[in-house]
Amino acid sequence: MSILIDKNTRVVTQGITGKTGMFHTQTSRAYANGKACYVAGVNPKKAGESFEGIPVFKNVSEAKEKTGVNTSVIYVPPPFAAAAIWEAVEADLDLVICITEGIPVRDMVEVRDRMRKQNRKSKLVGPNCPGVITPGEIKIGIMPGHIHKPGRVGVVSRSGTLTYEAVGQLTELGIGQSSAVGIGGDPVNGMKHIDVMKLFNDDPDTDAVIMIGEIGGSDEEEAARWVKANMKKPVVGFIAGITAPPGKRMGHAGAIISGGKGTAQEKLAVMEECGIKVTRNPAEMGKTLKSVLKK
Amino acid sequence: MKIHEYQGKEILRKFGVPTPRGFPAFSVEEAVEAAKKLGGKVWVVKAQIHAGGRGKGGGVKVAKSLEEVRKFSSSILGMQLKTHQTGPEGQKVRRLLIEEGADIRKELYVGMVVDRGTQRVALMASSEGGMDIEEVAAKTPEKIHKVFIDPGTGLTDREATGVARAIGMPESAVGEASELFKKLYKAFWEIDASLAEINPLIITNQNQVVALDAKINIDDNALFRHPDLVAMRDLDEEDPFEIEASKYDLNYISLDGAIGCMVNGAGLAMATMDTIKLFGGSPANFLDVGGSATAEKVTAAFKIMLSNEKVKAILVNIFGGIMKCDTIASGVVTAARETKLPVPLVVRMKGTNEDLGKKILKDSGLPIISADNMAEAATKVVASIKKKAKAKSKPKRKPVAKKKIVAKKKVAAKKKVVAKKKAKKAKRK
Repeated sequence: MSILIDKNTRVVTQGITGKTGMFHTQTSRAYANGKACYVAGVNPKKAGESFEGIPVFKNVSEAKEKTGVNTSVIYVPPPFAAAAIWEAVEADLDLVICITEGIPVRDMVEVRDRMRKQNRKSKLVGPNCPGVITPGEIKIGIMPGHIHKPGRVGVVSRSGTLTYEAVGQLTELGIGQSSAVGIGGDPVNGMKHIDVMKLFNDDPDTDAVIMIGEIGGSDEEEAARWVKANMKKPVVGFIAGITAPPGKRMGHAGAIISGGKGTAQEKLAVMEECGIKVTRNPAEMGKTLKSVLKK
Repeated sequence: MKIHEYQGKEILRKFGVPTPRGFPAFSVEEAVEAAKKLGGKVWVVKAQIHAGGRGKGGGVKVAKSLEEVRKFSSSILGMQLKTHQTGPEGQKVRRLLIEEGADIRKELYVGMVVDRGTQRVALMASSEGGMDIEEVAAKTPEKIHKVFIDPGTGLTDREATGVARAIGMPESAVGEASELFKKLYKAFWEIDASLAEINPLIITNQNQVVALDAKINIDDNALFRHPDLVAMRDLDEEDPFEIEASKYDLNYISLDGAIGCMVNGAGLAMATMDTIKLFGGSPANFLDVGGSATAEKVTAAFKIMLSNEKVKAILVNIFGGIMKCDTIASGVVTAARETKLPVPLVVRMKGTNEDLGKKILKDSGLPIISADNMAEAATKVVASIKKKAKAKSKPKRKPVAKKKIVAKKKVAAKKKVVAKKKAKKAKRK
């Protein structure tokens, strides 16, 4: 098993006809069961056409009706991405993964508010994230599939390449992953560390979790407190940005220390307090995880 | 994007927020003209830089005559204004705001920011105006009142008057204050602000509620729908390296260390900086080349890093995903040749086409130090600086191990080449 996605997931790509959408649909389709999983695309102007055999529909609802998709991945450009998220949410998909980087925060505030008020069932991952992968089964997003290995360690992270770094270290140590989830680096997003942690806790095929965070906000602290109270599995952690100066946005819109809050030191301290084994050396994320696994 | 106080006030006025009358001035003459136009007997001369704490640094003066306006304007214009937000070198003042004097009865605070937890705009207000609000939040958090605004309804009358009362607005000013809060929220929302702070918000002796200051930041992601706000960008206030980097779509931030680093991905870039620090070095910058680096982009990144005189070595850390290691390697080789690579370069590559990338680096014949993981890369780059420093400071002294001699010779040879080239350049000039 795994969390969020597996070989039975059926995916619609929103923005399938754009350069990014085309490229990543191709590589994702080439991974594991991708051929069976990627069944639809959306572009209102190109409905009726197809991309490498994948039919293109005018909207997500139609794609769902015709193909039975339950998950969407979004590569739509930033000005239209929030509307694309809403379209997928309105179609009641189980999961919406938004890869797009650079969506205005106000647009996300609006769409998240509507999701909450209407009590929508869709889970949102992202935006500004690498996506989700269940190694050996399905890859939805822009991560390099070949560095992953099927196994029993969960990975959740706010950043892309740093997730690859952790996964690469695990694979090199011979430790496979159940699922790896990139929740994205924006200040207003969908699932947070804590939400993904809950899923890993309930997943019988996950034995331990690596949680990777970065400066800004307090999501890691919240997740850590939840771990202390509820988690049945060992968790290891790393926080990027110990050297980041306050007031500077470190690439991700959410990665900023403001008002003296959201520092890496503070986060690491809370995580340690909550029984998470942290490392300050990102080269040792894999090794640290290995040290908590039952022999 | 940050904007100046006078620009922030122009925006607020459009939304009906009461502000003192005032005009921007770019010269002493313009400042005096502005004061004449305003009339009255008291004027405030305010330095316009993007950093806070201007008053404490001597950038805000009250003038009681036109002569004083002239005097203060000429002393403030062109000064290096140092505040807790500018860093020790300060920021040069190129613009002023000349305002009518205000009749202050009480100073308060109001600010807005997007709250990550509730995913709503948070209004924060306090009776403690004019002070560093972060200090207030740390010492007396009970004095800060917050409302998380429902984006569906906006700030309601009830919420607005509630906050006004909570921060001690006199009953006669509650109506005006709550109107101001609502207008401020409307402005915040419509201009896609990421921060709006009025510190101080004042009550005058006539019971008027006025925004005496305005600090507004705009969400960079939303600038595409605000060309009028983009026009307010003041490049003089930004780091020249960061401006140059933005031309190539590179995410660059200057820091004060000695090791330039180029990484793909923001999280990995921060982690790389942290690793450098962990192994005894200090990063000179944050640089995320993004997911689609071309040789041109890498070369630009190298030039920007090398134009910083503090940079004594460079560390490249790439985790190839979509971006292939061989593409990056070719870029690095081109960049190294084009910039003549005056400092040691350590490259760590992992992921897609890793072996191909490593081969390109090796075959280039360039003195590129390669590393397999982040810790090794950091160790090597820190050592490369020490080695260089040693070679510089202790020429020809007591016998050293063979390896070191070889290293020294290499450095010496390189130095000669660099010296020759410098001489050539000088001649050309």
